[in-house]
Amino acid sequence: MTQTADSLTSNKPNAALDIPELYQCVHCGLCLNSCPTYRVLHLEPESPRGRIHLVRAAAEGRIEPNERFADHLYLCLMCRACETACPSGVHYGRIAEAAREILGPPGPPLARAIEKFAFTQLLPSPRILRMIARLLRFYQRSGVQRLVRRLLPAGLQEMEAMLPPIPERFFQPPSELLPAIGERRARVAMLSGCVMSLLFTDINEATVRVLRRNGCDVLIPSAQGCCGALNIHNGETKMAKVMARRNIDAFLDIGVGAIVVNAAGCGAAMKEYGHLLRDDPAYREKAQRFGQLVKDASEFLAGLGLFHPPGRIEMTVTYQDPCHLAHGQKVRAQPRTLLAAIPGLRLVEMNGSDRCCGSAGIYNLTQPEMSQELLTEKMASVAETAAEAVVAPNPGCMLQLRYGVRRHGPHVKVLHLMDLLDQSYKAPDSGA
Amino acid sequence: MRRAALINELKQIVGERYVLSEKEDVIVYEQDGSILQVMPEIVVLPGNVEQVSAVVRAARRENIPIVPRGSGTGLAGGAVPAEGGVVLSLARMNRILDIDLENRVAIVEPGVINLDITKAVAKHGFFYGPDPSSQAACSIGGNVANNSGGPHTLAYGVTTNHVLGVEAVLSDGRVVRLGGSVPDTPGYDLCGIFVGSEGTMGIVTKVEVRLMRAREAVRTLLAIFDRMDSATRTVVEITAAGIIPAALEMMDRLTIEAVEKGNPVGYPGDAAAVLLIELEGVREHTEQAATLVQAICSRNGAREVRVAQSEAERQLLWKGRKEAFGSMGVLAPNYYVQDGVVPRSRLPEIMREVAEISGRFSLRIANVFHAGDGNLHPNILFDMRTPGELDRVIEAGAAILKACVAAGGSITGEHGIGLEKKAYIGLMFSEEDLEAMARVRSAFDPDSCFNPAKLFPTPITCGEIRRNQANLPAGLWI
Repeated sequence: MTQTADSLTSNKPNAALDIPELYQCVHCGLCLNSCPTYRVLHLEPESPRGRIHLVRAAAEGRIEPNERFADHLYLCLMCRACETACPSGVHYGRIAEAAREILGPPGPPLARAIEKFAFTQLLPSPRILRMIARLLRFYQRSGVQRLVRRLLPAGLQEMEAMLPPIPERFFQPPSELLPAIGERRARVAMLSGCVMSLLFTDINEATVRVLRRNGCDVLIPSAQGCCGALNIHNGETKMAKVMARRNIDAFLDIGVGAIVVNAAGCGAAMKEYGHLLRDDPAYREKAQRFGQLVKDASEFLAGLGLFHPPGRIEMTVTYQDPCHLAHGQKVRAQPRTLLAAIPGLRLVEMNGSDRCCGSAGIYNLTQPEMSQELLTEKMASVAETAAEAVVAPNPGCMLQLRYGVRRHGPHVKVLHLMDLLDQSYKAPDSGA
Repeated sequence: MRRAALINELKQIVGERYVLSEKEDVIVYEQDGSILQVMPEIVVLPGNVEQVSAVVRAARRENIPIVPRGSGTGLAGGAVPAEGGVVLSLARMNRILDIDLENRVAIVEPGVINLDITKAVAKHGFFYGPDPSSQAACSIGGNVANNSGGPHTLAYGVTTNHVLGVEAVLSDGRVVRLGGSVPDTPGYDLCGIFVGSEGTMGIVTKVEVRLMRAREAVRTLLAIFDRMDSATRTVVEITAAGIIPAALEMMDRLTIEAVEKGNPVGYPGDAAAVLLIELEGVREHTEQAATLVQAICSRNGAREVRVAQSEAERQLLWKGRKEAFGSMGVLAPNYYVQDGVVPRSRLPEIMREVAEISGRFSLRIANVFHAGDGNLHPNILFDMRTPGELDRVIEAGAAILKACVAAGGSITGEHGIGLEKKAYIGLMFSEEDLEAMARVRSAFDPDSCFNPAKLFPTPITCGEIRRNQANLPAGLWI
């Protein structure tokens, strides 16, 4: 049927890569300019269409999934902006995840070993994570940090500078059930999250308060753990499945109407547990049900409707759409609806608010150059708005933007949406 | 090791990062928006005109074909390197160099995205006219090469009506400027010859485009029909009534299904066809024309005529239309789009013929096209992996093109001949015609090194033919 020179080469087709999503791409190219890496480099191997073409070529055995191939697949941020742009609804994320599963974690051998260890030993264990956070806190407070900063080579200094301050205390709810304040309207569960519960204690607490003030009984099952998103995005699905099953067991049958998540990356991954566990007969159906219960905090609250009118906050803010909220979960309007509900708050949209800030999980560590390039552009867009704060309801984005503020300015606050709502309920004119 | 030496030389010219030669890189450039594939040996991305010139000189010295590429959204294989060689991507040259609102001219580099020109001037009340469906991705350089049209071609004309001048690198590396910033220049219209030459004459490195003033009023209507015949008759009647809409587009049931499954915009899933009609001009005229059009639609059996009530609603109606091609992936892994043109009075019969061909070859065909221009886009849906199916697809495509020519039309409206339709150019032109065209081409590119084996039915080659690289559907060659 087709004349092909490649049939002369001896590579074998790769069945694990030959996934149905590949055949939905008709190569139209409408994704190109939505892709942050293509916008910077203008090289098609660094575009969604190009990467899909590469995976398909590898599936057909026309190229080897070698190091060069891996470079292209791992320069991708997994921001999934291409999925928003795609007229055919191609699930690019699934294609890239399948390829990364074959490749394993990114980088040189040492980095891969560290990542593998982190994905399989640290993330699944809240206890060990806590211990590390305590060590880091000691490092930051004891003066060792100042000493180390002077000794580190420039490259590592950069990386060290990204380390956020570890808070005084970690998220530790007093009990598994925190009852609604006032009239009860819903019973929900909440994901504490691995990063959220260690680095953003205040935001988790704020989220709980906002939910309770809106009439929600909030359940925080202690059997829960990290969602596994970082594993899935970095080619480690074996432990990711274990972690998904643990969360399904912890959340599914506790009689809640929703599982509320205040981290966009976790929410997107949890909504897709059904896909992750599609080959697991015991969990497939449970995972589907679980996915339908998962709601981003903004999605849930906008759907429920704010019970109490928020109080006045005089502030100009701009909103950064977290990729895995806007592109991964298609949640764009709800956070803006909630912001609009706060009297006195003015929202000034920035240019390209749904373009990745370069955080992308561990991307800022594995691809520092591209990450910095995107962050610089992002901070310039923030500056243009002259806003006093940027709202970004996802821990990865918040860490990256705070780093951006320190490095480039402008000197804006970086806030979570739940932060703002919580503050507004504390305002004197609040109805709460 | 001449190849290695050339690669090194190119790296010196444009920088290490912008020369690709590994298979895991260049394979991505084997295809554009069409279904044809041939792998280049080297891909090079110059950043300015001096680099383009130096790259051309180096490749010419080695007698290697040079194939220009913009965003690679073309639908006729124009950017596919038919004989291998160097793909010269203009994607990095994407700066808007000057905007002169007083004289309504913008000077842009070829890699600038079509829509970005409009975005840059919209706040001043201007826009760039030609709007290919791929305008969010396609480049001005590619538009110039293919003399691209779009839904608004009906009112504004095609790319050549909007390009005042170009700067180009010729095959000896010389940089020339053709045309100029004023609407008319004396002598031969060399700029006009360059527009639509499909990369066979030189590499365009700068384009001077006309800017247009945004209209006072716009009305966008979606007319919904239960029968294709009623929709086509409506098109004929609208234009016969002396109304020239800014755009008059048709989508059939299968296309609506694709759009609604891919990125839904709210088209009615049970309609046989919809017409997307846009009217614009001064307010009074627009309102009057809209009323007239609504009456014609109803008279011809339109079940409903929706009028966009806001700019957001209008954008949504257009979004579905503009993404229709790209959404074909929800219906089938591959589609082969034809681009035939017929006089619009023949629309009803040609659409019946397309339906008949669909039945005869047992192939689903989704129609989405510029009805006001009589410019068809039948998308033949198929799966490349099914043995024998592609042969049927090609036969069906040929049958449609022959029917268009027999109806007094043409084999392409705006997609270009490229690699894909060169077998059919003989349906329209005699040997002498083609020879005359080849002589014009030779005046610019005597050795046929720019985009060889395109446009003309017999391969005019540069260097050795690298057929063994081809991954082309058989039958598309002559």
